[in-house]
Amino acid sequence: MTEPSYLRDTVLPQLPPPLVDRGIIKWIRENLFSGVLNTFLTLAGLAAVWWLLAASLPWFLHGVWDANSLGECRSIIAAEFGEGAQGACWAMLRERWHQFIFGFYPPEAYWRVGLAFVLLFVALAPVLFTEVPRLLLWGTVIYPALGYWLLWGGSIWGPVVAMAGFGLLALVFKLLRPLLGVPVAGGLGFVAAVLWWLFAQGPVAGLLAGVMPVGLVPVESDRFGGFLLSIVIGVTSIAASLPLGILLALGRRSDMFLVKTLSVAFIEFIRGVPLITMLFTASLLLQYFLPPGTSFDLILRVDILVTIFAAAYLAEVVRGGMAALPRGQYEAADALGLDYWSAERLIILPQALKISIPSIVSTFISLFKDTTLVSFVGLLDPLKGISTIVRADMAWKGVYWEPYLFVGAVFFVLCFSMSRYSMYLERKLKTDHK
Amino acid sequence: MKKSVFLGTLAVSGLLAGMAAAGTLDDVKARGILNCGSNNGLTGFAAPDANGNYQGFDAALCKAIAAAVLGDASKVKFVPLTGETRFTALASGEVDVLIRNSTWTFSRDTDLKFDFVAVNYYDGQGFMVKKELGVSSAKELDGATVCIQTGTTTELNLADFFKSNNMSYTPVTIADDSEGQRQYVAGACDAYTTDASGLAAVRATLPDAENHIILPEIISKEPLGPVVRHGDNNWGDIVRWTYYALVSAEENGITAANVEETASTTTNPEIKRLLGASDDNLGAMMGLDKEWAKRAIAAQGNYGEIFAANLGESTSIGLARGLNALWTQGGLQYAPPFR
Repeated sequence: MTEPSYLRDTVLPQLPPPLVDRGIIKWIRENLFSGVLNTFLTLAGLAAVWWLLAASLPWFLHGVWDANSLGECRSIIAAEFGEGAQGACWAMLRERWHQFIFGFYPPEAYWRVGLAFVLLFVALAPVLFTEVPRLLLWGTVIYPALGYWLLWGGSIWGPVVAMAGFGLLALVFKLLRPLLGVPVAGGLGFVAAVLWWLFAQGPVAGLLAGVMPVGLVPVESDRFGGFLLSIVIGVTSIAASLPLGILLALGRRSDMFLVKTLSVAFIEFIRGVPLITMLFTASLLLQYFLPPGTSFDLILRVDILVTIFAAAYLAEVVRGGMAALPRGQYEAADALGLDYWSAERLIILPQALKISIPSIVSTFISLFKDTTLVSFVGLLDPLKGISTIVRADMAWKGVYWEPYLFVGAVFFVLCFSMSRYSMYLERKLKTDHK
Repeated sequence: MKKSVFLGTLAVSGLLAGMAAAGTLDDVKARGILNCGSNNGLTGFAAPDANGNYQGFDAALCKAIAAAVLGDASKVKFVPLTGETRFTALASGEVDVLIRNSTWTFSRDTDLKFDFVAVNYYDGQGFMVKKELGVSSAKELDGATVCIQTGTTTELNLADFFKSNNMSYTPVTIADDSEGQRQYVAGACDAYTTDASGLAAVRATLPDAENHIILPEIISKEPLGPVVRHGDNNWGDIVRWTYYALVSAEENGITAANVEETASTTTNPEIKRLLGASDDNLGAMMGLDKEWAKRAIAAQGNYGEIFAANLGESTSIGLARGLNALWTQGGLQYAPPFR
């Protein structure tokens, strides 16, 4: 045997793939120019983006922040970028931003709105994130009264005594549940709370205010506007419509004829009516139903009807989640000997709600955006109400895109956060079979 | 059909509310504040400024009424109302008086059970076109595209005008004034039509105002005025005569600045009666005190001053008095005698 003239003793190092088959070029070839059709679509897409940017970018780049009127904006743009140049007049926002955010809320009380907004997140944290200490849930419980007091002002005892009504409800419920069961105990608790609000609320609050006057300067509802109004209506109706919607969904699936019929009638009636109709009902019709002279706050009226509207939609969303559960889950709950409320609370609802998270959050997002419709009943929503006011000023008449873009951007931030949270929640609760 | 049912409902409910709430003057005095239904934002007429205070031609009348009735021009709560909610808000008693550039028409006065107590602004529908179109009269607009707000009387007036002149047009419907201005500037329509006061405001804010003209034809009558409910004539009188006090003050040269001085120095018996400087007590005849008119004039000035401050030629809107000049200067503003 002769020695081979050459023996490789090490493996050759791998060569990098050819230039066209690696890195960004490969990605582009595979994803953007893989065929005739794909190439064409890529070029068309690029052309569309180019066209959009070419049309809008100069307008954004020419934006003016420092001017006192639209005319001044125009002359600054003309001076800097030549005659006929178009540009955004953001100066309008610099002068009027506070109206878009707070409406006509008194400026010396803006801190109250800010504080209420920050506390809102403190109150929401234990609900949204299970890592937060459970003790903070008590903060969530008292937040409605606290937020109301901060925003509307007045004596602190009104909201406190109103919250005591809920405390009474909880107490009656807790004492009577072992004897009478969930529905009757809940009903009696509700009756007790209503009696409290009707007859004890005024005298007790008055007495306490007399003994220990603590209060903020009251702010009338007609000072509310802009995003303050949208968020107040959005948050309260979101918070109130979820429990109401779950109750309606349970009612619709109930075996009891009356409960089922009433729930179905309520849901179908409300879902069959446009939101604008509900708003007009709130602003116009209720005035006739109520005794003359009672002036029932318009924001409250609108809030109640928006809540009812959202609850009807949520009821159907939650019912869809329940319908998606296999029958075995219900049977297993029965086999464990759980009663109806325990079964719903421990087995059915946690799963049904998890399934419905995307739809529930979609409903919330669209509800929040729908709060701009209150401009039709003369409330000052940020999109139309405040924009109209700003444009009515001779200095800013003719400003068109700027308010819309600003309001749209703020709405996007808020709605996008809600959407990201729902995806986080879905991932966290994901227990399905991989 | 739909409209008549709606109006009928409004009328019935207005009647009920009217019966329930007789004695608006007492209500206002007890409340200590005047609820004034106003526009939710119309240039020159009523709109909140950067500090949230309502300013404008209509808003000034609200303040004058508050000054006459309550003695303080700041005791007004402005309730912003849309075109849809304004009449119901008045009928249901949510507002005491509606001063929201509302046109006085037959059905509103009768069927809706309201009273238009005066006309504080005589408006009319006009057209604005670009100069380069080469049109000098609305009669030459045959075949034009016209930007027009939907669901308003201006839409019906436009149709009537073109039909009666045997011309055709293509409507470009818009939702509100800002959109109309946008479409017109972008060239979506040859002509923009709305109330002449609105056209003037739009034209004043165009970057090239000199290239646009407002055509001479006014194709409709739009008498705008304060409105009250049927059934409380005393309250209607108060609103009406507060307004006439402002007109009469202009006629007699009484201004916000000189009203105090005039009241003590004048020898003209009518001015004395108006300002409560004589023995006649005109205010008592409608449940007010002697100096109601003096306070109303001192609040925002006389009619001419209010016009000049909010709409007139010194403002950027720059409207001429036109029909709204005093009768002595060829206009229609005419106050009955204070006697």
